Amino acid sequence: MSGYTPELKELLKKVEASRPARVERARKNQHFPALTMEQRKEWLSKYHPDYKSEGRRAVKVGPNKGETFPDEVVNLLESRSRINPKNIDLSKIDYETDVLVIGAGGAGTAAALIAQENGLKVIVATKLRHGDSNTVMAEGGIQGADQEGDSPYYHFIDAMGGGHFSNQPDLVAALTNDAPLVLHWLESLGLMFDKYPDGRMLARHGGGTCRRRMHSAGDMTGAEIMRVVRDEARNRTEDIKVLEFSPAVELLLDTSASGGGRCAGAILYNLETKEYYIVRAKAVVMATGGFGRLHIQGFPTTNHYGATADGIVMAYRAGVKLKDLDSTQYHPTGAVYPEQNVGLLITEKVRGLGSQLINIDGEEFCFPLEPRDVESSCIIRECLDKGKGIMTPVGRVGVWLDSPMIEALHGEGTVRKELPAKYIQFKRYGIDISKEPMLVYPTLHYQNGGLMINANGETTVPGLYSAGEVTGGVHGRNRLMGNSLLDILVFGRRSGLNAAEYIKAGVKGSRGQGVKLTLEHVEKFEKELKAAGVKEPVIGPMILPEYTPDHVKARRWGQSA
Amino acid sequence: MAKDKKLIKPLATGDKTIPPEGAKMIPIYIMGREYVVPETLTIMKATEYAGYQYMRGCGCRGGICGACGTFYRFLGDYKLKSGLACQTVVQPNMVIAQLPFFPSNRPSYNLEKLVPAGIKQGMENSPHEELRRLYPEVFKCVGCGTCTRTCPMDIDVMDYIALMKRGDLKGAAIKSFDCVMCGLCASRCPAQISQFTAAMFVRRLYGKYVLPAAEHLKKRVEAVKSGKYLKMLDELAKKSTDELKKLYTEREREPDMTEPGKWMPKDVSHL
Repeated sequence: MSGYTPELKELLKKVEASRPARVERARKNQHFPALTMEQRKEWLSKYHPDYKSEGRRAVKVGPNKGETFPDEVVNLLESRSRINPKNIDLSKIDYETDVLVIGAGGAGTAAALIAQENGLKVIVATKLRHGDSNTVMAEGGIQGADQEGDSPYYHFIDAMGGGHFSNQPDLVAALTNDAPLVLHWLESLGLMFDKYPDGRMLARHGGGTCRRRMHSAGDMTGAEIMRVVRDEARNRTEDIKVLEFSPAVELLLDTSASGGGRCAGAILYNLETKEYYIVRAKAVVMATGGFGRLHIQGFPTTNHYGATADGIVMAYRAGVKLKDLDSTQYHPTGAVYPEQNVGLLITEKVRGLGSQLINIDGEEFCFPLEPRDVESSCIIRECLDKGKGIMTPVGRVGVWLDSPMIEALHGEGTVRKELPAKYIQFKRYGIDISKEPMLVYPTLHYQNGGLMINANGETTVPGLYSAGEVTGGVHGRNRLMGNSLLDILVFGRRSGLNAAEYIKAGVKGSRGQGVKLTLEHVEKFEKELKAAGVKEPVIGPMILPEYTPDHVKARRWGQSA
Repeated sequence: MAKDKKLIKPLATGDKTIPPEGAKMIPIYIMGREYVVPETLTIMKATEYAGYQYMRGCGCRGGICGACGTFYRFLGDYKLKSGLACQTVVQPNMVIAQLPFFPSNRPSYNLEKLVPAGIKQGMENSPHEELRRLYPEVFKCVGCGTCTRTCPMDIDVMDYIALMKRGDLKGAAIKSFDCVMCGLCASRCPAQISQFTAAMFVRRLYGKYVLPAAEHLKKRVEAVKSGKYLKMLDELAKKSTDELKKLYTEREREPDMTEPGKWMPKDVSHL
C-alpha cells in the first residue's frame, strides 16, 4: 500500500512548508476572510452547479414543460421509450398482483411490508439486488422526536429551516409526526439501535437540529435498516415476491378514463435474458431512489450504482409533475484520492476541527466553514477557474484538506480520536491523515426534488404512489442529515398503507368491464417529443451507468455501436 | 472563465477513468484474460477500464453493500486472497474472479412468535434452541478459520460462530455487526455453514429480545397514536414563511452534554 505517488508527495512539500505559519495564524484566530454576502452570491452563480446557467436547459415536453433542469436530467426527461408499444400484446399478463413496488431499497421494502400486513400480495421489481440502494450508504443516523424535551413540533421547525422554508408543509408534518412510529417499528423488527443499558436510545445532535434526536446503529445505520427490513421481507416470501435484475421500464395505465386512467402495472425488463414482462397490479408504488449516477456536470457521486433516475423518467411520461428537481445537494468535501475512496464523504467535522483547504501552491483560498453550497463553489473556482487544483494519477482534480493541522492545533492523537472511521479508511491505503492531508472535491450527494406527492404518498395519477428520494417536497431545496432514512420509511409505510386502502375501497370491481391496460401515454409522449422538435432523443430510463473508456469504445467496430 | 490561463480540467468525470499521459500501467488478469490498466484503480474500476459494464457484482461502490466479493491470486503464488472489488486496489499480475452470487441457506422464521415476549438471555434456552432448529449446521463448525481469513470486513467469523454455539447471542450479534453479507465466508466453509445469514438471524433476535426496549419511545408512540401532535403540526403547516422563520431563529437549543431525557425547554406547551 503505497499512499501518495512520488509526484503527489512532491506537491505535498508545499503544503508542509506553509503549514507552520498557517497553524500560527489559526492559533491567533486569524482566518482567511469569509466571503461577503455579495461575493457569496457571485461565487454561487458562477460556480455552483445549481445556479450556473450553463449545463442547464428548459425541458420541451411533459408536465413541467418550460422549466429548467440540469442537461443530464433533461436528456432523460426528453428520452424515448425502450420499448415499441405496437409490439406488445397487453392482454397477455405475465404477473398478476395487488401491489407492484418498483425499487427495493428502504422505501420500497417498507411499502411492501406494510401492504402485505394489510392482506395484499406484493411484487417487488428491482434493477439490481434486493437492498442495492442509497439506503445502505447512509451512515449518520435517523431523526425522530422521541426524547422528553423534544416533539414533532420542533422537528418540523428544524426541517423547514434546513430546507430554507421551501419544503411542502404537509409532507414535513407527516415526516415528523410518524418519526417515533418508525423508530418503534424498527425496534420491534430487531434493529440494533445504539442504546443505554436501560434501553433508552442514544440521541445526538445533527447539523441544524435544536434537539438531540439523531438515532444510530454504529456508523452504518442505513445498512442495518436495510438488512433488517430486507430480512423481514424474506420471511414473507409467500406474499412478497422479489424480482431482482428486473427493472421497470414503463408504467402501465388502464383505460378507465380517456387519456390515461389509473396506474395498473408496469413493463419489466430482465437484464439477463433481455425479455420484457407485463405485470398487472391494482396499485403501484414508485420507489426507485435518486439520480447521483447521472453525474450532473461530471461530478463524482456518493450514490450507489443504480441511482439513474429511472422512476422519474417513467412517471413523467405517465403525467406526474416534478417538484424541485433542479435542486441537488453537493457535499463540498468528497475524497478524490485514492480511487477506492472517490466520492467518500469527508465530514464537515474535519474542517470544524481546524483543517484548511489548500491549493497546489500550498496556499489557503477560502474560509473553511462557509455554508456547504458556498464552500463547494470556492473549491470549484480554485480548480477550474484559477487552475490551482491538484491532478490525481487517473485524471481527477481536487484541493488539499490539511488534516494534520488538527494535530498541531489540538494535540497529537486528536485525528485518531475524533475521526476514527476516516483515519482507518485512508490508513488502509497507506495515507495517515494525521500526518498527510487528503485530496477533496465537491461530490454529488442527494437529489432534493422529484415526483410530487401528498402526505398519503399519492401522486397525481390515481393508483400510483411514491416514496423516498425519487419524490420531492419533503426536504425542500436542502435536506438535513438524518431526515432521508426517516423519509424513506415514513413515506414507504404510508404508500404501502394507502395503496392497500385504495385497493380495498374497490379497484377490484372495475376489472373485466372493458377496462384494459394501455401504453397510450407512451405513444402520446413520443408524439409530443416529435412535435417539440427534440432531435435524436436518448433511450430512457438509463438503467445502468456507462463507464466504458473511449479507447474501448473506439474498438467497438460492430454495426450497432 | 479566464481564457489565457493554463487551466486544469478534470479528465475523469463521474466514475470514468481517463489516465493522464505517463500514467503507470500494470497487467491484471480478469477471469484469466490479461488486461493492462492504470495503477491505483480498484478492481471494480480497472474492470470497467478494461471495457466491462457491470450488471451483477456491483452495488454501492463504497464497501458496504456486499455485491462485489472477489477472490484473487498472484501469478506464481499459491495463496488465495479475497476482498471487495470496490475496495481492493489492483496490483501487477493479479488474477481476479468476482463472486456476484453464492447460494446460501436462509430458513424463514416468524420473529414475533419465535420467543415468548420478555425472555431475556440466560433465563431460558429458547433463542438458542431456535438457532439450533433453523441452523443445525452452525453446530458442525470444524473450527478451521477459513471464514475469518476470507472475510473482507476483517470480522472474526469463526469466533462469532463459536459464540453462537455456546449460546452467547449478544456476543455473536455484536461481533458480526459489521457484516456486509457478501457471502464469501459461506463460499469457503467446509461445514457448509451460511455464517452471514445465521448472524443476521441472531442480530435480530438480540435487537428484539435481548436489548431492552426504549420506554420513552413507547410513551411517545402512544402520544402520536392518540393524535396529540396533529393539531400542532397542522397549525405549523398553515403558518407563513415569516412566522416560521421567527420560530426557527428563536428555537432553544438543547445543550450537547445533558443527562439523557432530563433536559426540558423553557416552554413546554409543545411537547
